[in-house]
Amino acid sequence: MSKLPEIFGRYPQTPQSLIAVLQDIQKEFNFLPCDALKQTAEYLSVPMSKVFSVSTFYNAFSLNPKGDRVIRVCMGTTCHIRGAGQILEQLETRLNIKSGETTPDLKFTVEVVNCVGACAMAPVVIVNEKYYGSVKVTATKKLLKGG
Amino acid sequence: MRVNKPAQLTKLRKELVAAEKKHAKKIMVCCGPGCLANGAARIVEELHKVLKKKRIKGFKVEALKETGCHGFCQQGPMVVIEPKGTFYTHVKPKDVEKIVDMSIRKDETIKRLLYDDPSNGHKIERYHDIPFYARQQRIALRNLGQIDQYKIEEYIVVGGYKALAKALTKMRPEDIVAEVTTSGLRGRGGAGFAAGRKWSTCAKAEDTPHYVICNGDEGDPGAFMDRSIMEGDPHSVLEGMVIAAFAVGAHEGYIYVREEYPLAVENLKLAIQQATEYGFLGENILGSGFDFTLKVSRGGGAFVCGESSALMKSIAGEVGEPRAKYVRSVLKGYLDKPTVLNNVESYANVPVIIDKGGKWFAGIGTKKSTGTKAFSLVGKVRNTGLIEVPMGTTLREIIYEIGGGILDDRPFKAVQTGGPSGGCLPEDKLDLPVDFDTLTEAYSMMGSGGMIVMDDQTCVVDVAKYFLAFLVEESCGKCVPCREGLFQLHGLVQKICDGQGSEEDLEKMEKLSDVIMAASLCGLGKSGPNPFISTLRYFRDEYLVHIRDKKCPAKVCRELIRFDIIDEMCDGCMACLPACAFDAITGKKKKVHVIDQDKCTKCGACKVVCTRDAIEVL
Ligand SMILES: Cc1cc2nc3c(=O)[nH]c(=O)nc-3n(C[C@H](O)[C@H](O)[C@H](O)COP(=O)(O)O)c2cc1C
Ligand code: SF4
Ligand code: SF4
Ligand code: SF4
Ligand code: FES
Ligand code: FES
Repeated sequence: MSKLPEIFGRYPQTPQSLIAVLQDIQKEFNFLPCDALKQTAEYLSVPMSKVFSVSTFYNAFSLNPKGDRVIRVCMGTTCHIRGAGQILEQLETRLNIKSGETTPDLKFTVEVVNCVGACAMAPVVIVNEKYYGSVKVTATKKLLKGG
Repeated sequence: MRVNKPAQLTKLRKELVAAEKKHAKKIMVCCGPGCLANGAARIVEELHKVLKKKRIKGFKVEALKETGCHGFCQQGPMVVIEPKGTFYTHVKPKDVEKIVDMSIRKDETIKRLLYDDPSNGHKIERYHDIPFYARQQRIALRNLGQIDQYKIEEYIVVGGYKALAKALTKMRPEDIVAEVTTSGLRGRGGAGFAAGRKWSTCAKAEDTPHYVICNGDEGDPGAFMDRSIMEGDPHSVLEGMVIAAFAVGAHEGYIYVREEYPLAVENLKLAIQQATEYGFLGENILGSGFDFTLKVSRGGGAFVCGESSALMKSIAGEVGEPRAKYVRSVLKGYLDKPTVLNNVESYANVPVIIDKGGKWFAGIGTKKSTGTKAFSLVGKVRNTGLIEVPMGTTLREIIYEIGGGILDDRPFKAVQTGGPSGGCLPEDKLDLPVDFDTLTEAYSMMGSGGMIVMDDQTCVVDVAKYFLAFLVEESCGKCVPCREGLFQLHGLVQKICDGQGSEEDLEKMEKLSDVIMAASLCGLGKSGPNPFISTLRYFRDEYLVHIRDKKCPAKVCRELIRFDIIDEMCDGCMACLPACAFDAITGKKKKVHVIDQDKCTKCGACKVVCTRDAIEVL
């Protein structure tokens, strides 16, 4: 939590900064720790209820910790018609979790995104920040191993 | 450095152009989203290394440019060598040394890396000669692939900020509004509302302050025009926005970028910093006395935030729920103040309109849809990528002449335009000119410009289900018809896909759609049933086959197909066994394998690995 003051310092101390602050917290911790939410509410003078409604409304925020490797499968239209659903399903089976969940050992999180704007390479899978294009349904094992 | 007068800008441009002319050759590496995904960053790295090692006489490292998306993403990573426009495709790091030796040091082309014309197998050397590029006309995408996306100087060389200088010193705000009105520019974000009218309403609004906002949310799945512009030519958006701000009397503005586009956020922030240093943003812009500051606001991954009133709430740090539009947001927008909100591509067109005149722009395209439109042409088409054509170009020209036809020569089935608000058009609509009104009349929509081509292996019922699932997920839930109606509609389509649907369901769904469209508050609900309605209209037969025959002609809907191994073809190579993540396949070496239908999820992985074509879908 020692990072919080620095994050707060990046934005004006007004309710309007709420989303930007939460985004930076999410980036720092990979999720929104409850303590950080409380401090944010206090610092920006917004009610806790609003902090919660904002953090649950936007897909970018997560109230649970994420795994070391966040695997995001694009489910945009192009990726969908090129077989992204099957890739997702394979990942879910291999890891025994559903999309949006994290493995109990905190190694993997699987998420769905709706188009990352690289449709010409559909289907696209992003592991942490790295993009993989034209992913075959048979490549999931390799993706889990690290490319 | 700061530019304080238009004359100073002209002088600076002359100097920059002269410096640019000294480069005998330039290397342009596409660093757009697609090429980066395919390893463009490593090409740049390698080029730096090799160029440093070899020190070619007369070649300065400034002549190595990292550009935005060049459009033909599927051929990437790509390297273009100017001035000839030599076009190398699928470049690998190990090709770099050879490119430097042959094409930079000498004047030779590496045949192997050139583009193969699939229609006749000939190699094409210059990109201008490739049919994919030859048929396009680029206004909004004018600088993509042509300039280094990280450098404001590059934008100035190609005439950047010239229009701003003209607007601020030679025109009055009302002249600018008039010019934009003359141009006929309609919003590129989907609804096609006349930009001139929006600007003029805002300019006249009495309440102050006024705001200018750019919608860079680009929520339509399958579309990436705005991403490419924000990343590859951010200054064109900034310039358009400053001109808009001057025209409507705004001094503050925001660019709202979806969170899935981190590079766009970075490049825009850098561009804002550069433009502020040069005096094109901030206080006393170009010495004119006009002030305008611009901030980037990041979205939170909610599709509905692309809707204008939701977007403005989101910028204000709130939950992005749309509001009813008794009063338009141009009068009561951000913080309830008069606000001009336009799309990225709309703004990118503005400098050209001011520079060349509204009449010039209105002369392109059709009478009621002027100018050009950028599309992301994707799906089952041979040449996928980012394109821009005059309004009124037909779907057939786009898909067959620019797109090169359907992948693997399969039959064309439909083209989806307009994203979740649009629809699927069948073969007999291919000769329709693409413009706002024609597509709407054909029960689709131009939307923001995603164009997804489908072949016979795409199931349109599944596509309708896909969009409905997307909208159910993304509905903000504020109004019942949208929240509940789309959910029910999705359930009914699911039922059909599962082979449980009836013809009465179709009637029910049509009625339900009417209610959803009539009673929803914002565009998400109002247009939500469109993908269903258009597929039903044009592909009713396909729905009926699902319902009556319990079959999916495209072999997509899971409950209606099965995977089987053809005994005679299977040689027991065992490749499919580990490919199945669901342990559905059993078999011994050199023995025919079997699929346990209870375990099989129909993922198709086995079919991909089987080299003997032994797996069939029934
Ligand atoms: C649910 C919904 C999502 C939208 N998403 C976008 C979007 O991602 N980008 C965009 O420019 N416009 C989007 N729009 C349209 C905007 O509300 C608005 O009309 C547009 O940005 C105005 O700019 P323009 O006139 O330049 O097109 C969306 C509308 C709705 C109803
Ligand atoms: S139509 Fe849907 S998305 Fe729009 S306000 Fe209503 S519930 Fe929200
Ligand atoms: S279709 Fe998928 S689940 Fe079924 S047998 Fe093949 S690999 Fe296994
Ligand atoms: S991959 Fe094909 S040939 Fe090999 S065992 Fe499987 S079905 Fe038989
Ligand atoms: S649909 Fe997957 S990247 Fe666009
Ligand atoms: S990203 Fe390189 S051509 Fe589109």
